[in-house]
Amino acid sequence: MIRLERRPAASSVWSWASPLLAVILTSISGLIIFALLGKDPVEGFRVFFLNPVSSFWAVMELLLKATPLALCAIGLAVGFRAGVWNIGAEGQFIFGAIFATAIALFMGDLPGVSLIAMIVAGILGGMAWAAIPAFLRSRFNANEILVSLMLVYVAQLFVSWLVFGPWKDPMGFNFPQTVMFDAESLLPTLIEGQRLNLAFIFMLGLLILAHIFMNHSRLGFAMRTSGQAPLAGLYAGYSNRQAIYVGMLAGGAGAGLAGMAEVAGPMGQLTDKMALGYGFAAIIVAFVGRLNALGIFLASLVMALFYVGGEQAQQYLNLPSAMSRVFQGMLLFYLLATDVLVTYRIVLRSATAPQPSSPR
Amino acid sequence: MSLSPVLALHRLTKVYPGLTANDQVDLSVLPGEIHAVLGENGAGKSTLMKMVYGVVQPSSGDITWKGRRVRIASPMEARRLGIGMVFQHFSLFESLTVAENTQLFLNDGRSLNEIHQSLTELSANYGIDVNPGRHVHDLSVGERQRVEILRCLLQTPKLLILDEPTSVLTPQEVDRLFTMLRRLSAEGCAILYISHKLQEIRSLCHRATVLQQGRVTGRCDPSQETESSLAEMMIGKANAMAIVTRQARESARADSVPRSTPSQGDGLVVRNLSTESSDPYGVSLRDISFQVRPGEILGLAGVSGNGQRELVRALSGELRLPLTMASAIQIQGQPAGQWPVSRRRRAGLCVIPEDRLGTGAVPDFSLEENALLTGLYTQPFVSRFGLLCYSEVQDFAQRIISRFRVKCQSTQSPARSLSGGNLQKFIVGREVLQQPCVLVCAQPTWGVDVGAAAELRQALKNLRDSGCAILLISEDIDEIFGLADQVVVAFEGRLSSPQPIEQTSTTNLGLLMAGIWQSDRQAGPLQASGSDLLEDRQMQGPVT
Repeated sequence: MIRLERRPAASSVWSWASPLLAVILTSISGLIIFALLGKDPVEGFRVFFLNPVSSFWAVMELLLKATPLALCAIGLAVGFRAGVWNIGAEGQFIFGAIFATAIALFMGDLPGVSLIAMIVAGILGGMAWAAIPAFLRSRFNANEILVSLMLVYVAQLFVSWLVFGPWKDPMGFNFPQTVMFDAESLLPTLIEGQRLNLAFIFMLGLLILAHIFMNHSRLGFAMRTSGQAPLAGLYAGYSNRQAIYVGMLAGGAGAGLAGMAEVAGPMGQLTDKMALGYGFAAIIVAFVGRLNALGIFLASLVMALFYVGGEQAQQYLNLPSAMSRVFQGMLLFYLLATDVLVTYRIVLRSATAPQPSSPR
Repeated sequence: MSLSPVLALHRLTKVYPGLTANDQVDLSVLPGEIHAVLGENGAGKSTLMKMVYGVVQPSSGDITWKGRRVRIASPMEARRLGIGMVFQHFSLFESLTVAENTQLFLNDGRSLNEIHQSLTELSANYGIDVNPGRHVHDLSVGERQRVEILRCLLQTPKLLILDEPTSVLTPQEVDRLFTMLRRLSAEGCAILYISHKLQEIRSLCHRATVLQQGRVTGRCDPSQETESSLAEMMIGKANAMAIVTRQARESARADSVPRSTPSQGDGLVVRNLSTESSDPYGVSLRDISFQVRPGEILGLAGVSGNGQRELVRALSGELRLPLTMASAIQIQGQPAGQWPVSRRRRAGLCVIPEDRLGTGAVPDFSLEENALLTGLYTQPFVSRFGLLCYSEVQDFAQRIISRFRVKCQSTQSPARSLSGGNLQKFIVGREVLQQPCVLVCAQPTWGVDVGAAAELRQALKNLRDSGCAILLISEDIDEIFGLADQVVVAFEGRLSSPQPIEQTSTTNLGLLMAGIWQSDRQAGPLQASGSDLLEDRQMQGPVT
């Protein structure tokens, strides 16, 4: 019979092998779903997994997609490691975009200045939206999971109101969108002819910064302590409030910058459908990436592949666009399952040996 | 004796990944026998008992119950056979009554009324005053233990297992427990008594089986042994020698000449400290005053749950005090009541908390990171830019490990992987090596094996002799007598007035721990509060 036995110590090999296995299982399950939907799995594999990496242009698009995911995920990871469960990156993403758009709309034609102001405004917008759950949690002990999640819907409705109302492009044929931004308000692209822009560099910088902060700074250590053992944190005099605020605001800053990069990058304007679930997908990215900078970078590429692959599948295989959501869901599902192997191992036992009682 | 054993274990072995907890253990218990299982912390006593009670399954070996080979698959099955167990950490639901707890435990379809009635009968029969209608959170620790025993007795067990039952009791409560156990034994119920307290075993038990690192290293009649011969079986000859000499030194200390202590500063002064507990089951501190001078150990005795935890949190700075309490706590003469943990620690305060894994150390952090936990306040771990200097941290962790002989693989091992005693040595080492002026130390040897306990006590003495003011909070009266210069007792959030250790006795402390405070104590600032309490008690009847 098969049973699970607790390992003496958590396995470091499996803590990295588990997300890898989850990705493989997700891919296999995806191909089975293709087959069940009557599509040729080989063709499905080619379209979903190979098309997004088949050319230089495709790879650049993949990196472009991975950028907001990694930006959101690294900020969230800082909070998650401190035990601060920010589920509202989607709303913080939207507010980053709104703040940045405000600058673009009202002072968007100043060379140099506009863009820098937009970056700052984007970060501040995300942080402001994240500060609400942080305040309610530290002041009234309100659950930050619920508050941050509910604020996502508030943000979505608010951005809808803006683009349907005061900020609607008068020449936009009544579409819910703002005017296109001036060239001074757009992030410069990295390579001529590609859409990949400066945000990618910001993302790499933020990953390095977050890594140094979490592993080599005193505050990062204090936050990890509060996340791992809150009582030990209190005993050692690490402020719980500080952990909540820094954890929340880091998530807000990353998501806000990602939102800014989206409107000042590939979109070039604010619309009501600009978030695409990046903030939620980033939660999965953070955990698949083991809340670690390098891991998050790799996980964001995988998640971007699912996004781009989903679009390709829609285009070439006539599959519904919900396909990429299905892949995200499966990835999280398999990760949760395979993570059992980090702390447990599978033991095969002969039937003659004494059998275990009910698990304790 | 011609009796056949009620329980016999034959070559019982339990292997955990990376650890053999029990290695071919043979043991037999006769009806009516009080059989001690003696051993250090981590010797495998608890695992052995869990196998008998069906909580864990043996890897190999047999259990024979009344002459028949059995496989005990679950505690339910153990109870069906007639085996009862009282755990070291109680398993009662605080918000339920005694009868409700019993009903849940028995789970045999008896109605609450029937249980109420049988509990009343049984408690009258054994002279145990337990009211089945009371809520568990209202009961003292001793009472809770009696509830646990009573509910085992409802199933008329043939074997009762007690795991370290006296660790939470006052001396008087220990006497009552022993009377009850002797009565049970006389009625034919066999008792397996797990302990590392040599004196108790000598006075109570008929036979003893000694375990060391999972193996049986001795069997004896404990009443025929001396404490040092028992200790030798338990931890080996060399260690036992060291402990016996230390114990002798401890007992001789009362006669020794006063030490010349470098007195610097005022140590720790607490004046009229009161707190309000926000937790309905917590304890509020009431007008607490005491002083610990440099070079002195003040022992704080008392059954846990009488305000010790709250006092430690108030002293460490974990509990935020109101502005009115700003000078209620003074560290080295400075009013510290409003200071955060960091400032108190920089002023020379160190704290060893009661809870090791989770408070004193982060289970999944490496020893290095755990050295950093409080070390960063006094050690040069943080560079100018707020970045951590891990090589310094590693040096410090290494120093703790070698100075306090912590058994571990490396400074990278997670705290979780250390045994209780070793982790405690590490935590004590971390705090002691910061050379505090004031040390608050809660239950330093709780659940720690004899050898490690002796080392920890020696470390505290050395620290005291170097001029540190130490507040030692302990439930272990022997420890208080062995270490403290002065002693106070906590009861329901108040403190008795300090007494020199030479002028007090176990009985006296026991009475104070049970809340029986006489008003003919020496005059002191606390006498008023003490006698107030007595009056309260007289007016309201028993304190609930």
